[in-house]
Amino acid sequence: MDHALVVGLHLLHAMASLALVCIGLAVIFGMLRVINFAHGEFLMVGGYAFVLAAGAGLNLWVAMLVVAPAVVGALGFLVERFIIRHLRGDIIATILATWGLSLFLIGLAATVLGYHQQGVAPPFGTIQIGSYSIGNYTFFVIAVAVLTIVALFAWLRWSRAGLLVRGAMQNPELAAALGADTRRLRSSTFVLGSALSGLAGAVLAPLAGVLPEIGATYVVKAFITVISGGATALTGTTLAAALFGFTSQAAAFLSRPVVGEVALLIVAIVLLRLLPTGITGRYFRKAL
Amino acid sequence: MNWIRERANLLAAVAVGSALIVVIPAVAEIYVLFQLTLFLVFAILALSLAWVWGFGGILCFGQSVFFGLGGYTYAIAVINLGESTVPLVLGILLPAGLAGILGYFLFWQRISDVYLAVITLAVSLIFYYLTGASAGSDYRIGTALLGGYNGIPSVPPINVPGFPERVVVYGDLYVLTAIMLAAVYGGLRGLLATDFGRVVVAIRENEERAQLLGYDVRITKLAVFAIGGAVAGLSGVLFAAWGSYVSPNVFSMTFTAQIIVWVLVGGLGTLSGAVIGCVLVQAAMTWLGETKVADTNLVLGAAFVVLVLFARRGLIPGTRSLLAGLRSRVRSAL
Repeated sequence: MDHALVVGLHLLHAMASLALVCIGLAVIFGMLRVINFAHGEFLMVGGYAFVLAAGAGLNLWVAMLVVAPAVVGALGFLVERFIIRHLRGDIIATILATWGLSLFLIGLAATVLGYHQQGVAPPFGTIQIGSYSIGNYTFFVIAVAVLTIVALFAWLRWSRAGLLVRGAMQNPELAAALGADTRRLRSSTFVLGSALSGLAGAVLAPLAGVLPEIGATYVVKAFITVISGGATALTGTTLAAALFGFTSQAAAFLSRPVVGEVALLIVAIVLLRLLPTGITGRYFRKAL
Repeated sequence: MNWIRERANLLAAVAVGSALIVVIPAVAEIYVLFQLTLFLVFAILALSLAWVWGFGGILCFGQSVFFGLGGYTYAIAVINLGESTVPLVLGILLPAGLAGILGYFLFWQRISDVYLAVITLAVSLIFYYLTGASAGSDYRIGTALLGGYNGIPSVPPINVPGFPERVVVYGDLYVLTAIMLAAVYGGLRGLLATDFGRVVVAIRENEERAQLLGYDVRITKLAVFAIGGAVAGLSGVLFAAWGSYVSPNVFSMTFTAQIIVWVLVGGLGTLSGAVIGCVLVQAAMTWLGETKVADTNLVLGAAFVVLVLFARRGLIPGTRSLLAGLRSRVRSAL
């Protein structure tokens, strides 16, 4: 019984952290169609912003929930303003530029902060479930993931800004003709995606640590998940993250962690073979 | 005069090729040759992606799979057999076969560009994780230990077919690699001049139209992909023989991205561009790594962002249009 509970919690946690890793990319790639190869580095910058701010004596929660998203949001603003906007949707140019940006950010972090691991111990301590002990921080990660997804969903579904964003993504010409400033909408959506990536990087930092090169561990998973999610970015990414997080954690339990990583990739490949347009390409098409 | 102008590209390629094969080994020091060999090995790999992506129109993010598989196949086979001819052939055929199987999977159900990119990337990561998890004495093929993230050390060099004791190293390996590079370049150029090559380009330009004209898009793409796999495999074999070492890093995301960048820097849709782009990028990285002026990633990353913003189409097409512009300006001035 206790064992089942602990296993269930770990599965939930895997799904939640994968969803967190992907949520910023779901906005930037899923909605704006910008292939941001520097997504992993956005998470890395978020992690560093949190660790450094907390290390400088700032309140832990302010550092995590305010500073990190703000810093990466600002970074996203600059990136959109000075790089992405000038590429005008050219896919190849975007790949090359964001790959360069990713290298640049890795190099910058390494030059300024060095190549050693930094971190903050997970707060909250642990809880005892039968003979197992589990970090309370696990619950926090799950809660943040759920709240972020719900908030984003509600914002897109019910707010006027969300409506404008959805309209501008679906049909930019029509939205512009109706008087929406699509350029500003694209810019602010990019900033929103960046801020979400910063939040994710900060929330995951106490568990994963921060390194200049940590982005590489996130970026491929994130792209595979968002693409498998399909056309409706938010619902699709949430579903795909749940499916992949579950599969990889279950496989890791049954054998070893590396098998979990491989299982995730294999499930993604098979899924895309069966549903070439992603999960929401066939199901939940009316979702967001 | 006209004859020369018409064949200027060919003549230039022959001139560069003979300079690479004959002149450089005669003048360069052994250490420089050793470095250059690696650049040329990578140039072959760059050619394979330039072919698959630039001409076949297949956005493959997993070209490193075939490279790495070639390297691992060669290493494992040559350790077991002690003679390099069969391993070399295997190191080309196996990646080509894998490309064929993957191609069947990818092209028979029309999968869009981005999905294809992600699937090939996922395959390369699967190889990365699996070879990385192969540490310990349980994981061996014949007498070759796979060695996990430490890789396979002391891979025997290539030898003259039939004479295991006559090995091809240093200067000789350079010449062999340069000949291979020239052969691959010439082979791909020749292939592009055939009917098959024209169909390949036609499919890249407009898949639907090519299909309506009666060409089998799927089998053509499969062939393109398999040829690309074979060329990448050859490059992997030479890489393993060059450093007498192969490790999971050949499957890593960083390396995969690097191949794409070589091709993009040179210019998509050219073969010579891939070679030049590869040599330039690798030379810059090596120089930065050795002199420690600044962090390699920092400089390279900034360079790419600037390059994309100000020279969108890559070096070769960019220079070409610059020259054409100058020429027409000179002509109108006269």
